[in-house]
Order: sequence, then C-alpha cells, then structure tokens
Amino acid sequence: MKKFVCVAMSGVLAASFAVSASAADQIKVGGIGPTTGPAAIYGTAAMYGEQIAVDEVNKAGGAVQFDWKFEDDTHDAETSVNAYNSLKDWGMQILAGTVTTNPCLAVGAEAVNDNMFMMTPSASSQDVIDTGDNVFQICFTDPNQGTASADYISSKKLGTKIGVIYNSSDAYSSGINTNFQAEASKVGLQVVANEAFTDDNSTDLTTQVQACKDAGADLVFLPIYYTPASQILKAANDMGYKPKFFGCDGLDGILGVEGFDTSLAEGVMLLTPFVATSADKATQDFVAKYKEVSKGDTPNQFAADAYDVIKVLAKAGEKAGITADMSASDICDALKATITDPSFTYDGLTGTGMTWDASGAVSKEPKGMIIENGEYQPIDGESVSASTEAETESE
Amino acid sequence: MAKQKKISKAARTYLTSFILVGGFWGAIEAVKLSGGLSSKAAGLLIPVCAYIMMAISLNLVVGFLGELSLGHAAFMSAGAFAGVFFYNTAGAGMPEGAAIVLAFLIGGLAAGIFGVIVGVPVLRLSGDYLAIVTLAFGEILKNVLNSLYIGADSAGLHFSLKDQFSLNMEPTGKVLMKGAMGITGIRKFSVFSVGILLIALTLLFVLNLMNSRAGRAITAIRDDDIAARSIGINLTKYKLMAFVSSAVIAGFAGVLYALNFASLVAKKFDYNLSINILVMVVLGGMGSIPGAIIAAVVLTVLPELLRGFSQYRMFIYSIVLIIMMLFNRAPAFVMWRQRMALKFRSGKAGSEKEDAGKKKG
Repeated sequence: MKKFVCVAMSGVLAASFAVSASAADQIKVGGIGPTTGPAAIYGTAAMYGEQIAVDEVNKAGGAVQFDWKFEDDTHDAETSVNAYNSLKDWGMQILAGTVTTNPCLAVGAEAVNDNMFMMTPSASSQDVIDTGDNVFQICFTDPNQGTASADYISSKKLGTKIGVIYNSSDAYSSGINTNFQAEASKVGLQVVANEAFTDDNSTDLTTQVQACKDAGADLVFLPIYYTPASQILKAANDMGYKPKFFGCDGLDGILGVEGFDTSLAEGVMLLTPFVATSADKATQDFVAKYKEVSKGDTPNQFAADAYDVIKVLAKAGEKAGITADMSASDICDALKATITDPSFTYDGLTGTGMTWDASGAVSKEPKGMIIENGEYQPIDGESVSASTEAETESE
Repeated sequence: MAKQKKISKAARTYLTSFILVGGFWGAIEAVKLSGGLSSKAAGLLIPVCAYIMMAISLNLVVGFLGELSLGHAAFMSAGAFAGVFFYNTAGAGMPEGAAIVLAFLIGGLAAGIFGVIVGVPVLRLSGDYLAIVTLAFGEILKNVLNSLYIGADSAGLHFSLKDQFSLNMEPTGKVLMKGAMGITGIRKFSVFSVGILLIALTLLFVLNLMNSRAGRAITAIRDDDIAARSIGINLTKYKLMAFVSSAVIAGFAGVLYALNFASLVAKKFDYNLSINILVMVVLGGMGSIPGAIIAAVVLTVLPELLRGFSQYRMFIYSIVLIIMMLFNRAPAFVMWRQRMALKFRSGKAGSEKEDAGKKKG
C-alpha cells in the first residue's frame, strides 16, 4: 500500500512537473501601450486585442505558445522605456508594441540594443521602422497614408478643391499631412486651405472650418483623431457647410464619441484597414470576443492591429521553429529571417496577403470606407460603387 | 547629540547632501557590480539624476529666492533641445568627451539665455508675476518647439515653422528636427556616474552660493524685500542671479535627461512636468536641499514601483502624495511627530540612565 502511495505520489509529482514544464515552454511576449492618460483608448484596445489573440493561440495548441503581459506607458517615452525594462526583468522574449509613435521611437532604440524582435500594432511613423532592422510595423506608415489618401481622392475624383485641417502638435497628424501635401501637388489636387490646430486649442475649431468654407473647399481632408474631427463635423453643420469629409485611420471610432450626433458623420469617408461591421467570419468572431473581454465595446482598428501582431508572431514563430528556451536575440534573428522571406504571407483582420520587407514596413492594400446609416460601408466594393453613383446623381 | 550641535547648520546640509548622493552612487555601483541591478532600476537611474537636479534647481528659486516658477520644465526643454541638437549634429564628428562637455555647456547656455530673457523684465517687479510669466513662457516654448522644423543641406541650416517642405532643401538634405516628432534617432549617452558628477557639481555650486554673501542677500530678499532694499541690496541683481543659475542647472538636467532616450519631443516638457518638479520641492520642504533630493527620487521611482497595481497606479500614487504631504506639513501630524520624537529620545535617555544605574549597582 505504501509503495502504491509512493508511486502515485511520484506520478502526481511528475505530472505537476510536466505541467510546469509546459508553462515554461511558453514564449514570453510583452505588450506596451497607454492604458491610462490621454491616449488610453488606443492602448486599451490594443491590450484587449492582444489578449484575445494570445488566448486563441494557446487554445489552438500549436507548437508556439505564448505567455503574455501588458504594461502601461501613459503615452510617454520615459514611462514607455520603464515599461520595456520591467518587461525585460519579467523575461520578455518578443515585444508586441508599442502602441503610440513617440514612445515607440524611444523603446525601439532600446530594443535595437538588445536585439529584441518588436512589431508595433499602430506606431505609424516612418522613423519607427528606421530605428533598426528588428522593428516591424503591421499598420501603414504615415507617409503611405498621406500618399494613399491623395491618390485615392484624385483617382476617384472625390474633390478638386481640397481643404485640410490637421493637428500640428501631433506627430501622426502632421506626418500624414506633410506627405498628403507632397502627393497632392503631384497628382494635381488643388489644396486651397491648410489649417492647423494644436492639442492646447482643440476645443473650438470653428475658425479652421470657416477658413475652409471661405476658401471654397469641396472636400475637407482630416488627417486627425476622431475627437477633434467630431467637433469639426459639428462646426461645419452649424454653419451650413457641407463639403465631403475624408480621413485616415484616426477617424475610426468617430461613431463611438459620447454625446456626438452620429448623423453628422453620414457620408464621411475614411481609409482604414479594419471595419467592425464587416461581414466576414473572422471579423465577426473577433468583434464578439472583444465585446466579451471589454464588457461591451466595439473594437477599433488598434485592437485589430494588435490582434494581428500576435497572430503574425505565432505564425512566423512556428515557421521559424522558435522555442521558449531560446534567447531573445536568437528568437529575433530567426523571426527576422522568416518574416522578411517572400514566401511568408499573413491573412488577418486588417488585410490579406500581408508581406514584410527588410525595412520592416508592411505591404497591404488600404480599404476605403464610407459611413452610411451609422455604419461603415466599403467604398471599393460593389455596393459602394452603386452608392457613390447614387450620391453623384443626387448631387 | 552635543557633537552635532557644534557643527554649523550649513556644514550639516553639506554633509547630509553629499552623504546622500555619495551613498546613492555607492549603493548603485555596488549592486551593479554584483550583477543584481534589474533592467528597470538601471533604466531609471538617469531620469532620477535629472529630476534631482531639477528639484535642486527649482529649490533655488522657490525655496531660497521665494519666487514661484511654474514653467521650470521649459528651461529643461531649452537645454535638452539645444544640447541634443548639438550632440547629434556637430558633436557627431568630435571626440566623445569633447562633444559631451560641449553639449552640456550649450544646453546650459541656451537655458541661461532664456532665463535672462524671462528674468530681466519680470524680476524687477515684486509679486506673483514670475509665476504667470514662467507659465506663459513654458507654453510658448513648447508650442514653438512643437512646430519647429530644422533641416541641413550643403547650403547650411534651414528653419521653418510650417512644415518639412517649406524648408526648401536640396533633395539630399537631412531633416534634423521635425516639429511634433521632435528629434529622433538620438545617439544615446547615458552614464550614471556622469549624472552623479553633475549632481555633485550642482550641489557644490548651490550650497556655496547659499553660504556666500550673495546667498545671504538672496535669502534676505525672500524674507523681506523692503528691509533688504533699505540696507542697499540690489534686488534685481540678486534675484536674477538666483533665477538664471537655476535656469542653467535646469538646462544641464535637460541635456542629461534627453541624451538618455532615443527620441525627444517638446510635449514632454509641459505644465504637468513643471508642477511635478514643484511638488518635489514642496514635498521635500522648501529650501531643504536633502529634502528635495529625497523627494525627487521617491516621486520618480514610486510610479514604477506601483506598476503591479496596473490602472489603479496613479490613483494610489496620488493618495500616497496626499499622505506624505500631510505627514510633512499638517500641524496635527507635525505635533504627533514631535511628540513621538520626544518620547523616543526621553525613552532612550531613560534606558541609558537605567543602564548606568545598573552598572553602578
């Protein structure tokens, strides 16, 4: 009897060791983003997105399993480096971050030093990937967004006289605008007004809207985030000014602004990689899971980008054959080689057939969306060309 | 106890300050040698040094001069941008040591010039004008730096307040500073010993200034400006002396801080940072240099120690702040502290007597 107990005990012991061993087989992935402070909405979305993806990866039980931890950086470079260092103390092997651009630049330099593989869901500046060859993006770079917007407006003949309202104190906004202006002059768009505001005076944007109106702009380009955009739409409506509005991925979320009459956003066009109302199954599954995790919110593109980052890491990791006992630097080299290999492609929520080159920039198609009946509808799709036609007819 | 009383108050401040800083340096170096220093702690070292310098610098204005500066982060920002800009461009071709020394000097000089510009008109007045003007100055500098573009090509430097294209550069030109993006790709220089050396120099300067003839004039102005004027002290001169020195130190701190990160944006040096530094000074006890040092360390490290509380972090941080403030300043707490100290002392004295009595017995 005693012997039996002994054997049973050792069996249990061995089993428990086995369990803990499998936990040790998990590759440690860290996430960094602002979950508090002025940019909290982006970091929180990315956090939930990563959480959902990590759960899915671990549930699927593939060769690569993740242990995941997310740290807050309050959208500040100093705090972000602190977050990076504390994740390093935790044993992080891959970084899925950081969410916002300026912190990402500071953290990127540290990651280059440590040869830590990092892929940012949403830090969209060109400088981010220029930091080093271990830094990758899953979002479009700002230059791409600005250029793509100008090309899109000109090829679809959405407007001829363009007004721009942008946030000069924000890297994202001024970055897009810079490239938009350059491309606009190339493709023959006439920019009649180029109005700036800063974070400190973003409470009343009537002057900027008035300037666009006075200049006779028939399309107003808004390379800004959605909160000031909602004020611009309201101001334009108040003064009876009805141009077309066109924005980038920062406008995503405008339908969720509290106290904002969403009917004002009707007809607003935006380039965004992700649409929560899209009918495909992967998106719908993700939206359902996100609502569960976040207790009722609808995911924005930051969540989808972050989700894709984890999924890309899992896919590339499996292909590269990384294991938990490898050092961060070895994992980095393996992932770099795999992800830049032309044969590696990834289909996710924010695009299909994504590939990466050695610069770290992603290559995928932008999607044009228009807000109709309080929902995003693709401009490019069949239903869309019909609706744009209807629009031109009504005009 | 008796021995301590014999040492003058000034010498005691010297001793405590240098023991604090030396001890901090020694402890960190020891842990570093043993290999037990976590990445997080290592990453915090330089910011802590910079904030200590900022707290000492602001203490000079708030504690010793008795004026309020609400834009001290702006001087840090001026120093940071000037120093980093130099280190990243002209400094790149120089020997490392010379580049660093020059970067610090240029940063300090830039901040000092702004100190003179702000100080000369304002410090002629008495009242709360300095607070208002420094507040405005901080916002102006932040917004100007936020929209400043600088590029370089073979024709030299180009400046613009509009965008990258108005720089009118040759295609091969390099943009060095990109408005809201600030300066990116900074060559980092973060050596803890340099930070400590700077703190030591700052301490040496500030403590010597305070114990000099000029320092006594400065504190006289703080205590009663009319009385000070009546004995022939040139108010503006001494006020300027304190204020500009403080700005220069803030400039040094800015260079030290900025060279620790790969990217530098003007947004960082906003009103919140100025207030944060003011909180360090107030918490440490206005006019107390060792207090400012301790408060700067605690307030920089605390949010990182509270990381485990995730989103409740800042909530707990503010509660801790309130409690510390009450403990330091609230009359009831001060009384309680004094009572406890007395009890402790008399208890100790009593036990000593007892011991003595036992020996006799």
